Formats: sequence, structure tokens, C-alpha cells
Amino acid sequence: MVEFLQFTLSGVSFGMIYAAVALSLVLIWRGTRLLNYAQGGMAMITTYIAIEVIYHTGSYWAGFAVALVAGILLGAVCQLTIIRPTMNKPPLNGVIVTIGLLVLLEGLAGIFFGGQFRSFPTAFSVTGLRVGGTPLGVSRYDIFVAVAVLAATLALALAFRYTSAGLRMRAAAFNATIARLSGIRVARVLTVGWALAGLLGALAGVLVSPSTFLYPNSMDTIFVYGFTAAVIGGLDSPAGAVTGGLLLGLALSYAGGYLPSGASLVPVVALGILVLVLMARPDGLFSATKVRRV
Amino acid sequence: MSMQTLPRRLGAAVVTAVIVWFLSVRLSTFRDFQIAEVAVEVTAVAGLTVLTGLSGQISLGNGAFMAIGGYTTALLMLHLNWPYVAALVASAVVTAVAGGIVGVAAARLRGPYLAGATLMLGVALPALAAAYQGFLGGDQGLNVVFTAPAFLGATFPLTRWQAWVSTVVALVTLVLLANLCYSRIGRNWRAVRDDEVAAALDGVNVAVTRVLAFVVSAICAGLAGSLLAIVTSLVAPGAFTVTLSIALLTAAVIGGLGSLPGALWGSLLIVIVPTYVTDVATSHGLSSSVGSNIPIAAYGAVLILVMLAFPQGIQGGLHRLLTLFTGPDPGTRVPRDAPAPHVTPPADEAPASHHEKEGTL
Repeated sequence: MVEFLQFTLSGVSFGMIYAAVALSLVLIWRGTRLLNYAQGGMAMITTYIAIEVIYHTGSYWAGFAVALVAGILLGAVCQLTIIRPTMNKPPLNGVIVTIGLLVLLEGLAGIFFGGQFRSFPTAFSVTGLRVGGTPLGVSRYDIFVAVAVLAATLALALAFRYTSAGLRMRAAAFNATIARLSGIRVARVLTVGWALAGLLGALAGVLVSPSTFLYPNSMDTIFVYGFTAAVIGGLDSPAGAVTGGLLLGLALSYAGGYLPSGASLVPVVALGILVLVLMARPDGLFSATKVRRV
Repeated sequence: MSMQTLPRRLGAAVVTAVIVWFLSVRLSTFRDFQIAEVAVEVTAVAGLTVLTGLSGQISLGNGAFMAIGGYTTALLMLHLNWPYVAALVASAVVTAVAGGIVGVAAARLRGPYLAGATLMLGVALPALAAAYQGFLGGDQGLNVVFTAPAFLGATFPLTRWQAWVSTVVALVTLVLLANLCYSRIGRNWRAVRDDEVAAALDGVNVAVTRVLAFVVSAICAGLAGSLLAIVTSLVAPGAFTVTLSIALLTAAVIGGLGSLPGALWGSLLIVIVPTYVTDVATSHGLSSSVGSNIPIAAYGAVLILVMLAFPQGIQGGLHRLLTLFTGPDPGTRVPRDAPAPHVTPPADEAPASHHEKEGTL
């Protein structure tokens, strides 16, 4: 029972990270209809920036804040410089540009920070909490991870719902042409979308790195599972991204814990879940009824 | 038309074969290895460019089919002592079946959902090798014993023989694919890609057509995986990572999606650019951590730049250069139909179905 609780809580903790990555992909997908394969690479770079800041200032929170700001800037700069020119080109061009960006960022990280594994500090203790002597299998840090991602999600949801900037973003995602005709500067809105996605990615990178170590490819696996979570949930649905992330985090945690050669079979389990979900709902769990135009 | 194009394609294949033969005899063994690498790459990329460019289905998991082909070859040669040709054919058959299964599952999926499912396939399948250590050799993989035939003499370099074998397989694959693409099957693929409903109204069986494209692309990847097994004398999960699958798609798009010559340009680019930059970096005496990462960064930069400079890929760029000199020629085949495989529909026709979910975020 204690074991089950442990797997559940660790699944939730990783699930929140996948949810953050998935959410950043959904933000970009809704605006630009592009999957950003560099999302993990961008998060890796901002996490390196954070580790350098923490090393030089000695303050975790300084690094944390700088990483988030760097994520915003990186997202906006990438969109303005290399993504915008691909917008009216064949759709796969944008995909290849983001793949190129991923490779470029990983190469740059190797050049400037080296390829060795680096440990990343945590904000809170990672020793397990206990309730009257029973270990809960969850640490203060795990709680911080869940709270941080939830807070970011909630803040975004509120901003989208209740601010005029949020309304503009929803309008641009809903129908770019009509939004433009109504006086919304759609191009700028898309840049903001990338900046917000960069923020979420940076958050995920900083939060996950204590458990994965930091190296140029360290976010690849996280990205793949974040992408899988977004696909499970449905790429148009932010709620789906969070649900997909939690679902996947839990399933992979149970698989890793209970299956005999669990750790090596985790990707196979993820594939199984993905196939099951897509067979039932080809556009993800939270997809709306689709209209096919003839 | 087809009366002339078949000899033309055969002619192009023979000319390429002669060039490769000449290069392999003249250049170093390392270049032989690179020729073999390009041949392996182009075999897989050609299959993918047909799948994505002509039938409009994306795959980020063709490395998985390469793994199936490679492991089939290795197991047959290791345990049953099959001759290579038989193992190659068997690999094609096995991957055809695998491609059929994946194709049936994929037939309902579109765009990013298909991309996600195939990406996960590319991640999950190599993991099986680690899970079944006894049979598949775990992370170390399986060794493949491949030797040059005796009649070439004892001093004949193995790498040259490997380069020849892979080039022949690659060229045969390309000629067969070229014929397939301009047959009725190829036309059906394009019809389904451009408009499924219209194709179905014209009597095209959409599902079968889409699955068939997956089978063809899987066979190509299986052949490539089998070649890779004999070229590197090893099959291991590390050779078939998702990075490989992504590199295949990258080569197809960079070369010019849907174009077989484009598959060759793309393969050349992704094999040669990293090695070339490594040579330059080492000759300038850069430290190893910097030196080994510069090619990676340069490769990424080249991908971005080529895509921004040549939106239709290298083949499209070459064609535009050509028409600059000769004027537009209606007869030439342009890879202009570099298609929209539903990955990212244009922004303004996008989500027509957002109404209920507007408030969720």
C-alpha cells in the first residue's frame, strides 16, 4: 500500500512536468499550427542558464527567475527570427526548422557548458515526508513541483479567460483571418504565444533537472513524453494536456515500479497507452467533434 | 511517356553506379564507408519521402522499421547461417508485415497525432532490445559477420565491397520506387494526399492506398536497416534511436519532399556535413568537447538555413536555378507539389472546432 502510494505520488510529480511540456506545445500548436520539436532543447538551455546563475549568486530563486525570463525571451526571439519566415511555407518546413533549432541548441550547449552530467539543486528538501512515522514517499520538493506547475497553469487559464490580451490570443487561435480583420495584430499575438510556451518549458526544465541531471540531451526524453501527453489529451486542448500529462506520469510510474523488467519497458507501455487512446479517439481524449470539409 | 522514362531512370542508375564504382576505387576506405552510409540513408529516405511526400502521411518512426530489418538480418545470419541475399529479402518481407500493421493503425490518424504515434514507436521499439537481452543482445546488440566474396581476392577491402552492395540495393530500390510513383498506385497516393473525399468518389480505396504507402516505406527502411547491419557489422539499439528517425525525415524534407533525387541530396547533406565540419574542427586543433560539438551545432544551423533559403528543399532550389537559365519548361517534373501532409494546416483555416473549449485556458 505504501509502495502504491509512493508510485502514485512520484507519478503525479513527473506527470506535472509532462503536463507543463505538453501545455507549452499546445500553446504553440493552437497559435501557429506547428509542433515545436525544440521545446525540450530550449528548456535545456534555460536550465543551463539557471545553473550558472545559481552557481555565481548562490541563490536558487535568482536562477529560477532568470530561467523563466530567459525562457520568455528565447521563445519570442526564436519565433521572430526563424519561425516567422516559415509561416507561409509548406507545413513541414516549420517542423524541420524546429528540429534544426533543437540540434543547434544541443550543439551550443555542448560547446559552452560541456557534455558532462551536472546535478541541479532543489529549492526544498528531497527527503520524504512522514505522517506519524509512516513514509509518504513524497518530499517537500515534489509538492513544490506540483504546486508550481498547477499555479502556472491556473494563472495562464485565468489570463486567457479574463484579460483582453488573453481574448486576443484566443481570437487569433480561433480564426487568424477574422482576428486580423478585427484589428488584432496576429503576428504579435503568435510571438506572445511562443514566449509563454518558452516560460512553461523553462519551468519544466528547472523543475525536472534535479531528478534527471542536466546535460545537452537531458530534456529529450521529457520532451517525448510531454509530446505524447499532448497527443493523448488532444493538441487543441490545454485541459487535455494536463490530463494527458498526469495520466502518462501515473501509468509510467506504475509500469516502472510493478513490471518485472519495468524500467526498460516504460517506452513500450507509453506506446501502448498512446495507441489505445488514439484507436478510440484519433484526435486525443479532449478532441471536439470534427467537421470534415469536402 | 513511360516508354522513355524507364530507360532514362535505368540510365541514371547505371551512371550513378559507375560514378560510385569510380569513387570507391579511387578514394580511401573511409570514403567507401561514407558511400555505404549514404546508400543506406538514401534507401530509407526514399521510402519516407514517398510516404510523406506522395501519400501525405508523416512518420517519425521509420528508424523502428530499420531496426526490424537490421535485427532480422542479424538473427538469420547468426542462428541460421543464411546467405546475405536471403537475409535481405527476408528482412524486406518481415518489415513489410510490420509496415502493414503500423499502417492499419495509422490509417485513422492525421498530422501531429500520426507524428506522435510514430515517434513513440521509434522510441519504444529499440527499448525491446534491452528488455529481451538473451535473444536480442541487450544494449551491446548482435554482431554480424559479413565478408567480401573470395573471387575478389584476399586483399580486397571489405568497405569497398560493403559500399558496392549497399549502392546496388539503393539504386534498385530507387528505380523500383520511381516506377511505382508514376504508376496507378502513385497517382492514387497523390489523389488521397490532395483530397481523400474526392479520391474516394473516384473509386480509390483510401484505406488500402494509405496502408500500402506504409508497407512500401517500411520495406525501404527494412532494406536500409539490413544494409546498415552489414556495413557496421553490428545491430544495436543505439544505432536505431529516434534521432535516426528524425534524421530520415529531415533528409527527406531538406532534399525536397516527394522527390527521389531530393532523397539523395538530403542523404548526402546529413552524412557529409557533420563529417566535413569535424575534419575542419580537428584540423584547427580545437579541444575535444568543443570540437565534437561544433559539427552538431553546424548541422543544426545548416538545417535551419537550407529550410529558410530553399523552402521547397534542395531539389526545388536546383530546379528554380535551372529555370532561371533556361526559362520555365512545362515538361519538367517539379517537386512543386511538395505537399501538405496535414501536419500543420495553415493558421487561418485552423481550428474550426474550438467553440466549447474556448474557456478552458
